[in-house]
Amino acid sequence: MILTLEEQRMLDAGGAVAAALNEQLLVGTFFGATRFVEISNAHFTGDPEVFGTAGRDYLKQLVDAGGRCRVSTTRNAVCVDLEAMDELAQSPQLAADELQVRRLLASLGAMAVNTCIGYQTVYQPRPGEHVAWGDTGTVAYANSVLGARTNYEAGSASLLAGITGRTPAYGFHLDEHRAARYLVRVEAELTDPAHWGAVGALVGQRHRGYDNVAAIEVTSESNPDSDDLKHLSAAIASYGSMAMFHLIGFTPEAPTLEAATQGNPLLEISTLTAVDIETFMSHDTVAPSVTVFTAPQLSLFEIARIDSLMKGRRVKPGTAMIVTTNRMVGEESARLGYASRLRAAGVKIIHDTCWYLMDPAGQRREFGWVTLTTNSAKLANIVRAHGYEPSVRTTAECIAVSTEEYDS
Amino acid sequence: MTTTKPAATATPTASEFALERAIGPTIRARALISAVPFSARYDLDRVNGIVSRVGHPLQGSRIADRLFIAPGVQGGVAGGWALLAMAKAGVGFAGLILGDTNPVMVQGAVTAGIPIAAGFAPELIESVRTGDLIELDPQNRVLRILERARAE
Repeated sequence: MILTLEEQRMLDAGGAVAAALNEQLLVGTFFGATRFVEISNAHFTGDPEVFGTAGRDYLKQLVDAGGRCRVSTTRNAVCVDLEAMDELAQSPQLAADELQVRRLLASLGAMAVNTCIGYQTVYQPRPGEHVAWGDTGTVAYANSVLGARTNYEAGSASLLAGITGRTPAYGFHLDEHRAARYLVRVEAELTDPAHWGAVGALVGQRHRGYDNVAAIEVTSESNPDSDDLKHLSAAIASYGSMAMFHLIGFTPEAPTLEAATQGNPLLEISTLTAVDIETFMSHDTVAPSVTVFTAPQLSLFEIARIDSLMKGRRVKPGTAMIVTTNRMVGEESARLGYASRLRAAGVKIIHDTCWYLMDPAGQRREFGWVTLTTNSAKLANIVRAHGYEPSVRTTAECIAVSTEEYDS
Repeated sequence: MTTTKPAATATPTASEFALERAIGPTIRARALISAVPFSARYDLDRVNGIVSRVGHPLQGSRIADRLFIAPGVQGGVAGGWALLAMAKAGVGFAGLILGDTNPVMVQGAVTAGIPIAAGFAPELIESVRTGDLIELDPQNRVLRILERARAE
């Protein structure tokens, strides 16, 4: 790789910045990068559950070597809500470890905002802006919906990018890797985030692969908002390990199909029908053990909608209902009255986490949960590995199946 | 990093396979072959370094000091940290050789200090067998079979 004078000075300086750049050089060399690109911000995933003592020691080494983020660096959702330890059988040891990690991140200048919806609550990069984000759903959203440019920056990689202020120029930082090579026509009206998640899941299963970019064409009746696209992004990354898609007529690099493909020939054209979408969803009326709204964390608009759907209803006996969001949305939900009403109706509201990070298998054993319903296709994909029987429903159907009328 | 002495009764071979991309130190180790894509988060008991996913073709296999070969990868960013955690605990892979990969595994392998390679012809995964002594040479982008595992 060709280094700028500034990058050479970083190597010559030694310490954490040199160590960070050296790791990035190896990754860049692997992928054939010839240079770095400067980034405006980084988004890091790391907590005691995911990296154990090895990750904590790694952070400590960076701190001891004088590491300091030179661009704004935020952290993703974590495994524990320190202010709701009694709600979901959380581990006191993980909580103690998390406090240590927060101190180390503060020393590095990273912001422990603990959110996977930073693009809805913290910062939205502009089209063409290079960033280094370390959560798959946020990466798919950044590349696809915002037109920003990032690869999956996993483990320590995004933190290292925050320390050096740059990342190797390969993959989705380059124009040629952003072209759609597959077209999926969706012949169904999509009216709920769950439908958009189903599309992400089915496209992801069909075109699995990090380098694969699909263009998706929807009917004129389907008019997605940010939360719909959030679920599409999370699901296509979860089911397909895909980092980018185009939504023709909606996303910034796809005003037309020709723009999305950059003039390249399509390798495959396929269709998703209404039957495909409905087959992915569940329609029975049996109350689940637990209903979870998470993955990704909920926006303020999503919480307001759930509050509205819950009017005059409460969670059924024998069923639990959980909502996760970040502190910023949580504060506003409390101020606007949503949180108190939802709690009064039996809903647990958890902050800082995405529920699947909170030892779902342990909760299943602790509370005897078997079945789980959700409007998140991503969550359904993950919890099978933790022993649950998941079902995906629209937001309204999730609430209808797990609540009962209540005259307060 | 990991060198396993050839068994006296081994049959030497000189089979070599080209790799599209590779980085890290040259190592020799016994192969562990997976027929299915690899997820560091969901396939493994990361504390003990054992394939733990129920129904996985390698369920119960130890990964320590093995050169792991799989057709691809799946799963999210957590996989990057998993490689470091297992390396520090002394239960991790000697290296990874993958058909398709994504940045997660590459970044994780670099942080863990183990070699990684990606992109190979189908003959590689058809030829190499679990237990074969193999050499991963990232600088020359080559995998070599040094000796065949003895038949059970």
